[in-house]
Amino acid sequence: MTSVHIVGGGIHPFGRTDGSTGLDQGVFAIRQALDDAGLDWSQMEFGYGGSSAAGAADAVLPRLGLTGMQFINVNNGCATGGSSILSGYAAIKSGEFDIGIVVGFDKHPRGAFNADPEAAGLPRWYGQTGMMLTTQFFGNKINRYMALNGISQETLGRVAEKAFQNAAHTPHSWRKSPVSLDTILQSQMVSDPLTKYMFCSPAEGGVALILASDRKMRELGLSGPRVRAAAIRTRPTGSFEVFAPALEIERGKSATQLASAAAWEMAGLGPDDVDVAQLQDTECGAEIMHMAENGFCKDGEQEAMIANGDTRIGGRLPVNTDGGCLACGEPIGASGLRQIFENVEQLRGRANGRQVEDASIAYSQVYGAPGISGCVVLER
Amino acid sequence: MTIQVAGNLFTGEGESARLLAGRRRVDGKLLFPYPSGPEAANYELFELASEGTLWSWTVQRFRPKSPFDGRGGEHDFLPYAVGYIELPGQLIIESRIVVDRFDTLKIGLPMRITTEAYAETADGEPVLTYAFTPVAKGSGT
Repeated sequence: MTSVHIVGGGIHPFGRTDGSTGLDQGVFAIRQALDDAGLDWSQMEFGYGGSSAAGAADAVLPRLGLTGMQFINVNNGCATGGSSILSGYAAIKSGEFDIGIVVGFDKHPRGAFNADPEAAGLPRWYGQTGMMLTTQFFGNKINRYMALNGISQETLGRVAEKAFQNAAHTPHSWRKSPVSLDTILQSQMVSDPLTKYMFCSPAEGGVALILASDRKMRELGLSGPRVRAAAIRTRPTGSFEVFAPALEIERGKSATQLASAAAWEMAGLGPDDVDVAQLQDTECGAEIMHMAENGFCKDGEQEAMIANGDTRIGGRLPVNTDGGCLACGEPIGASGLRQIFENVEQLRGRANGRQVEDASIAYSQVYGAPGISGCVVLER
Repeated sequence: MTIQVAGNLFTGEGESARLLAGRRRVDGKLLFPYPSGPEAANYELFELASEGTLWSWTVQRFRPKSPFDGRGGEHDFLPYAVGYIELPGQLIIESRIVVDRFDTLKIGLPMRITTEAYAETADGEPVLTYAFTPVAKGSGT
């Protein structure tokens, strides 16, 4: 049975880079990934790439060389990166290809994302009356979750505090200065109960990962973490997801619960096996709720876990070791691949200053509109 | 003549307003908002309950980008609450919330339908949308 490995990684620092397009940042990441593996662009048999606001990903081809390779543009909202790696994984797993690259990059305008009702199959009044905002969904979801499960405002603040602390040790992060818990809690309210420092911002960045079959990896004298699972699921009936004018009274599972269950089954592993996790933290509440939705704890246990420092580096389950979306920002096309890049760094022991000791199993989960989640399990 | 933000969304004004959903002809399943296009043939208009309870809420503190066309510019924008109201046995509906003090909102709070002049036309005519508001204490039903 073919196994799939990540044999090289590259990243253009996230944040804001004036004078550099999203495409420039994607090309930068690809060149760095090739250097990391000591490979040449001409050796890539396939490519999957995505960007949400920075043009078509296959625009990297003329920059790197028109080799005739198979290249497919991927567009799957915030889960674009997760979709690219799943596609690359399947391309190798099927035996069709032995080595290829996945890339994601983006460059968004400042401020909250601009949502288009018609593009989401929703009536225009939903946007006109001011209800089509991702920020509102996050506020509504965590507000109810906190009330039902005893999560405090301070716990929200601690998630952001940790993100900025971790990011201070991350070369590819955007916001590298620690922010005090008080400042986080007292900062401007954006969508109650979430303050300015509890939300990530749209940003820029690029990530590329080179995938190879175990056979090809050995042939080239390379090494790298094995992809134990990659799964994407969409929202089922009864879930509460972004951009929902109405919900069913009977509540059901979330897209994340379905995707994580599929990933655990595929990997033959469970949450207790994980040494380090990157969980979608579009805002602090998302990280808290995703801890439970991915199976790392029961609803409500986050309050004690976070107070106890369990999710800090050195804790029982370090979460978002590079600062996550909160401190790296969210370039949609690149964000899911950043999580995997960080896990590769952790599993290779290259995460200087933020290294989780002896990490051997790493987990990542990306989530996005209109209710899609992608989970990946890596093994050293 | 009252201007509504959209058709097939609600009828009436204030307390007598009624929110409209679609009821699927084959099995009675409710759908909000009422569908447009060919799909509408499968649904009949259905008036939703006028009272329910607050399921969750948040406050929109900054002025949304386009296509938001509500009152207030960048400097005189007034925050508004948005939440979900559970209409027993029907649906949980997302809605703007009309309330004097945001800190009085609590999950489980009894709520009733109303309308809100959330915007105005170029001629200064108010544009109505549906909203929910806490049931006034002592008003009874």
